[in-house]
Amino acid sequence: MFEVIFLQFLNGLDKGAAYALIALGLTLVFGTLGVVNFAHGALFMLGAFCAVTVRMVLTMETVTIDPEKLSPWGTPLEVREPLMQAWLGDFGAVLVNYSVPFSILITIPIMLVVGIALERGIIKHFYKRPHAEQILVTFGLAIVAQEVIKSIFGPNPIPQPMPTDLRGAADIGAWLGMQANIITYPIWRLVYFLFAAVVIGAVFAFLQFTTFGMVVRAGMADRETVGLLGINIDRRFTIMFGLAAVVAGVAGVMYTPLLPPNYHIGMDFLVLSFVVVVVGGMGSLPGAVAAGFMLGILQSFASMNQVKAIFPGIDQIIIYLVAVVILLVRPRGLMGRRGVMEA
Amino acid sequence: MTFLKRGLTRRRVLQTGMAGIIGTGVAPMVFTRGAWAQENFCNNPTGDTVTFGLNLPLTGAYAEEGADEQRAYELAIAHLNGEGDGGLLNVLTPSALKGNGILGKKVGFVSSDSQTKSDVARAGATRMIERDGAIMITGGSSSGEAIAVQGLCQEKGIIFMAGLTHSNDTTGKDKRRYGFRHFFNAYQSGIALGPVLGEQYGSQRRAYHLTADYTWGWTQEESIKAATEALGWETVATVRTPLGSTDYSQYLTPILNSGADVLILNHYGLDMVNSLPQAVQFGLRDREANGKQFQIVTPLISELMAKGAGESVRGIFGTSNWHWNLQDAGSIAFTKSFGAAYGSPPSQAAHTAYVQALLYADAVERAGTFYPPEVIKALEGHEFDGMGNGPTLYRADDHQCMKSVLVVQGNEAPTSEFDVLNVVQEVGRDTTTYDPSIFGGELGPAEPAPLC
Repeated sequence: MFEVIFLQFLNGLDKGAAYALIALGLTLVFGTLGVVNFAHGALFMLGAFCAVTVRMVLTMETVTIDPEKLSPWGTPLEVREPLMQAWLGDFGAVLVNYSVPFSILITIPIMLVVGIALERGIIKHFYKRPHAEQILVTFGLAIVAQEVIKSIFGPNPIPQPMPTDLRGAADIGAWLGMQANIITYPIWRLVYFLFAAVVIGAVFAFLQFTTFGMVVRAGMADRETVGLLGINIDRRFTIMFGLAAVVAGVAGVMYTPLLPPNYHIGMDFLVLSFVVVVVGGMGSLPGAVAAGFMLGILQSFASMNQVKAIFPGIDQIIIYLVAVVILLVRPRGLMGRRGVMEA
Repeated sequence: MTFLKRGLTRRRVLQTGMAGIIGTGVAPMVFTRGAWAQENFCNNPTGDTVTFGLNLPLTGAYAEEGADEQRAYELAIAHLNGEGDGGLLNVLTPSALKGNGILGKKVGFVSSDSQTKSDVARAGATRMIERDGAIMITGGSSSGEAIAVQGLCQEKGIIFMAGLTHSNDTTGKDKRRYGFRHFFNAYQSGIALGPVLGEQYGSQRRAYHLTADYTWGWTQEESIKAATEALGWETVATVRTPLGSTDYSQYLTPILNSGADVLILNHYGLDMVNSLPQAVQFGLRDREANGKQFQIVTPLISELMAKGAGESVRGIFGTSNWHWNLQDAGSIAFTKSFGAAYGSPPSQAAHTAYVQALLYADAVERAGTFYPPEVIKALEGHEFDGMGNGPTLYRADDHQCMKSVLVVQGNEAPTSEFDVLNVVQEVGRDTTTYDPSIFGGELGPAEPAPLC
């Protein structure tokens, strides 16, 4: 039974890491700018499609027609040769194999620019408008982004293979000195968990241990006073929006081997990440991370057959059930601050 | 009053007069009643065109199948109108098709994205019937959609030629007089796949099912469970997963130490494209359980899914309705037409969609009218050949096609991106035919044809 519980716990951590990472960017924007950003899922999706684009470029092929050979439908056969391997040899093959991690390097500057452009171009005009209007405009942006991606890449998911060295399952039981093949877990999911932990840690460290982060935290607590001190807090908040877009984007990149991305992938996560943010407490970064892990672990345990035998269908509702209970007991969420989204 | 003296009373005259009026005025209507009805039915095409309503899942879990069905319908309509190389019109036997449309009317189409959702599919079909005047509705890649739409078509008096639908219920408990299915069903998958699984994996196995939680998944699970238990296999657990799930990790972790040595994935479309690679990522195929190599089985599989699942599908057994690499005249003709038009071989979804369009057109030609009850009569009990599945019967009792079923296996060494499945066995029609009464249901009446 220990192995079963341990595996579900591990799965919960893995799920929780994904939820926490997405919710982190969302709450970062809300905490700094006070904007309810429904386009956050679209930023996750754009990151995923950065990975798709990078792989498309890396796997470009030359196509030649071989008139000697025919396809099953009688037309001359197309012979395809990978371009990158022809140009760069073994290094080209390594680049293709590691296209997903490599995409992160490309995605970071792209998402930073996208985030800053979005904030300067549209979001800043809605700072002083009601939350309902912010939701409408950001939701509209998300739909536009979705349709643009759909028109370019089509409606269907595009599989992104993980590097060959990171496929398959790791025998965690054997690492812990237990019998082999008792506790195994997919290597890429462990990589994603570690990646999420590093990104979350880096964001916290950035806010906690840098002067920039200190000013931002001060601005989150009292924007007007920081402004009166002669600090251009708006510019820092713009950069924070860019940072949130980068976090969402790289989360999307690393998720592509687990779930082939399509134009709708952001919306699939959006609702869930909002629940995580609300449960954690609007604007609270530690709250979002804690709620992400808590809900991931609960969802995983609720999927156990033993639990479902007692509460059929509980795995589908557990997250929302917990959200209702927490909001009844603690209306501001786990770590919500007084005055946030309160009239 | 001479007449009266001859015994012709005034009452007699009135009676004779009335009889005359009835005799000359109404009696002919007894003979022409059918003809009148045949002019007054839903969307009777009066111009020189006739419109098919294509209800296709272009987004959602079965979007790949929907896109391929659309290509197939467009090809079928071109062939019906005498364009292109004629495709299967050249090999269908018997055939009343002339390549000049249907009953001389050019065939057109309208389409609707069902989003792989039953309610959207029903709304789309309603719109195509009421607004666009569709004479026939066809398409769909989900049994939930098929059952919802064929129920609507029964109410509207419009024939529904189902696309890819594999649930036993479509032509079982939910069958309808106006609904017809060419595709095989879950029960036939079980009949075909069971013996192969016994031969490959033995009789001492413990199976764990992950099942898409809707009508197709339930009947697929029921059928394959019955087939494997008949082999002596034990069912460890049957776990339902929501249609359209993306992350299956929480359903896969409990399998690792469940005591099962076979995972049966009752998933289709994107569900399987997601669940199968994730199951492989969890190392299931590398494990040993109960002293045996762990195996994964996908009872229903298609080329599109195999392509989407990539390397994970290699060596995995399942069943298919049809495969482009079959070497009969019909399969060769269809693959050639489709490949030349679109640069890739057709999927089983495309094949069944194309065949359904042709079979409807042929039935109308044979009936000599678009009047649905007559078209239904032409389809019921119709025997045909040349469409790639061998001699086929459109069974009158349940509107299910009786034909051979393919057992397929993921290709271990594909030579191209299309070479993803191998046909292991073609299970004949005699073996896959079953008693229609086992699933119950009532077809309902064909007449009076409802007026939409």
